[in-house]
Amino acid sequence: MRFVDEFRDPDGARSVAEAIAATVTRPWTIMEICGGQTHAIVRYGIDHMLPDTISLLHGPGCPVCVTPAGIIDAACTLASQPEVILCSFGDMLRVPGHEQSLLTARTGGADVRMVYSPLDAVTLARENPTREIVFLAIGFETTAPTSAMAVLHAERDGLTNFSLLSSHVLVPPAMRQLLADPTNKVQGFLAAGHVCAVSGYRDYHAIPQRFGIPIVVTGFEPLDILQGILLCVRQLEENRADVENQYRRAVRHTGNRYAQAAVEQVFKVQGQAWRGIGWIEDSGLALRSRFALFDALNRFTEVHVSPERETACISGEVLRGVCKPDDCPMFGNLCTLEHPLGATMVSSEGACAAYYRYRRVSGAA
Amino acid sequence: MMSRPGSHGSCPVPVHSAERIEIGHGGGGKLTQRLIDTVFRPAFAVSDEDLTCDSAAIGRSEFELAFTTDAYVVQPLFFPGGNIGSLAIFGTVNDLAMSGARALAISAAFVIEEGFAVTDLNRIVETMRDAASRAGVRIVAGDTKVVERGKADGVYIATSGIGEIGSRALIRPQEVRVGDAVIVSGDIGRHGMAVMAARESLGFEPPIESDCAPLFGPVSALIDGGIELHCLRDCTRGGLATALIEIARCADVTIAIEQTKIPVSGPVRGACEILGIDPLYVANEGRFTAIVAGGDAERALSILQRHDDAAAIIGMVGERDGSTDAKIRTIGRTRALDLQTGEQLPRIC
Ligand code: SF4
Repeated sequence: MRFVDEFRDPDGARSVAEAIAATVTRPWTIMEICGGQTHAIVRYGIDHMLPDTISLLHGPGCPVCVTPAGIIDAACTLASQPEVILCSFGDMLRVPGHEQSLLTARTGGADVRMVYSPLDAVTLARENPTREIVFLAIGFETTAPTSAMAVLHAERDGLTNFSLLSSHVLVPPAMRQLLADPTNKVQGFLAAGHVCAVSGYRDYHAIPQRFGIPIVVTGFEPLDILQGILLCVRQLEENRADVENQYRRAVRHTGNRYAQAAVEQVFKVQGQAWRGIGWIEDSGLALRSRFALFDALNRFTEVHVSPERETACISGEVLRGVCKPDDCPMFGNLCTLEHPLGATMVSSEGACAAYYRYRRVSGAA
Repeated sequence: MMSRPGSHGSCPVPVHSAERIEIGHGGGGKLTQRLIDTVFRPAFAVSDEDLTCDSAAIGRSEFELAFTTDAYVVQPLFFPGGNIGSLAIFGTVNDLAMSGARALAISAAFVIEEGFAVTDLNRIVETMRDAASRAGVRIVAGDTKVVERGKADGVYIATSGIGEIGSRALIRPQEVRVGDAVIVSGDIGRHGMAVMAARESLGFEPPIESDCAPLFGPVSALIDGGIELHCLRDCTRGGLATALIEIARCADVTIAIEQTKIPVSGPVRGACEILGIDPLYVANEGRFTAIVAGGDAERALSILQRHDDAAAIIGMVGERDGSTDAKIRTIGRTRALDLQTGEQLPRIC
């Protein structure tokens, strides 16, 4: 895998960091949207390689973190029905709803299973014709296509015991909402490479046009991120606001048309609640009425998504880049990886978890 | 499967039903005896006396003895590079090797789920025999229990092992000193990723093979080479990071390692990248970390590289640094290594 090694090369990283330092003439604030990038930044100490004039803000791009507690409540209620096998991605099982997480529901006897892909849930449905298989479908543009494929496969195979509890979200509406907020500090975005590999970045052009803010589509390795920052800083210094693509080895302008077509066929865009952030217009995906049979909330009409309750956790502010995890008074004392109080600490892509895991011991300089 | 003429006639169970384990196989009666005669004895017994009594005489030793025990619960039971049987033997042999002990004898207890296929049991037992012969150890005693269907995940194996300690010097975390070198015996993360890929049918190409292997060979080479060996730890559950953190805590030092020096194979790195898993925390079954006197580091490395050319010096032992047990230098900075919370779960996007 020379491919990956090259993007971790310390000398290469140092020379990009030097180029950034040589380009910057005044302070800039850049937000990396994706939680995977936040983790790479903190884990490899990329923020420590930058001049003090550049601040990085961590964005709302952790799919686990933004899944509303009410959806998890609904998943737990479904999982406790004897005929139901509730499946989701590993990380999702740990996140608490208002009362409990799917893992706690499992210790209480619910049949909850971890899968790597919604297609595994379809296989489970085929193998267990007497059970109801519900897949808790979360994630951004990256995971929505496989959820769509799962529904299409289930339909093709005539399965009547498979459904989605869908909580998919879309990135550009969240970016627009952040920028429209009068307290916004973001001056440039690093957009998530994985997301753009699927969706492309055609939809992103409207954002620089309207808000005058550069966007650089960026990969996940340390060198990717440093190069993304360099491209972004160059635009800022030159007073340009374009969409640029650092992650050319994986991302094309149009993205993956096949994946987009599957999503388009199965889902329609609608407003959606984001955990800690609130309602964002046009930021969610709901099953089209033609696929109502595969919509868990339609099949199990007694199950509802409860509205979000207030909590002491300020993860919404962390996700909007208003504050950093260690600004939270509970960080590292009341709220730890062992006893997480919010989704940003639970999720392996969450900013609080990144700070707790990689930043907490400052003695190691 | 081996069968004895005449034994079927006295057995009340028709021959074909022996293809699956029944509750009666654990009852201590004729079925148990037949299981021992047809499955365990052909695989494990070296002499006629072996497996005939409830305990085995294993001879005298002029050396100090080491004793260990462990239970093996793994899903799936069979994975690329091994199965629960090789895991049980190598795990116990390696626990002994980590105190510098050569394994002499092992006992094995099986908890089998009703309905388990005897052919699978045979495969496991044969692997155990091969693993034991590779590690130069005898399996001398055992036990079998059968539980109802649904009460176990196929088969669980518990092994205990006894070994003799060849080294005159103590090998334990308390012997670790500032200035010691930290060496890893090969590339890390294979076992955990092989099991995860097999469990979830992730078709990585080429498939990742477990590193499951006996470790006394390289350990005794270090001892025979006169290396001043302070501590050995196999990097099983919790991986290399957890082993280092535990050693540092015991020795009250801080271990500093370099990210770029840690050997990880291409396929393992790729799989970890895709799933968002840190190879430092992934389980190994045939890798250990050796903490040796700083002056012996290069010599120890060349000895270990004869067994596995991926062996590497990855860092050194320093003074205690605040509350930090272990730290790692990455591209941009040095950060603390922490114990993992719970199981590593794959990421979503
Ligand atoms: S530290 Fe815990 S309580 Fe504070 S914002 Fe993060 S997850 Fe919420």
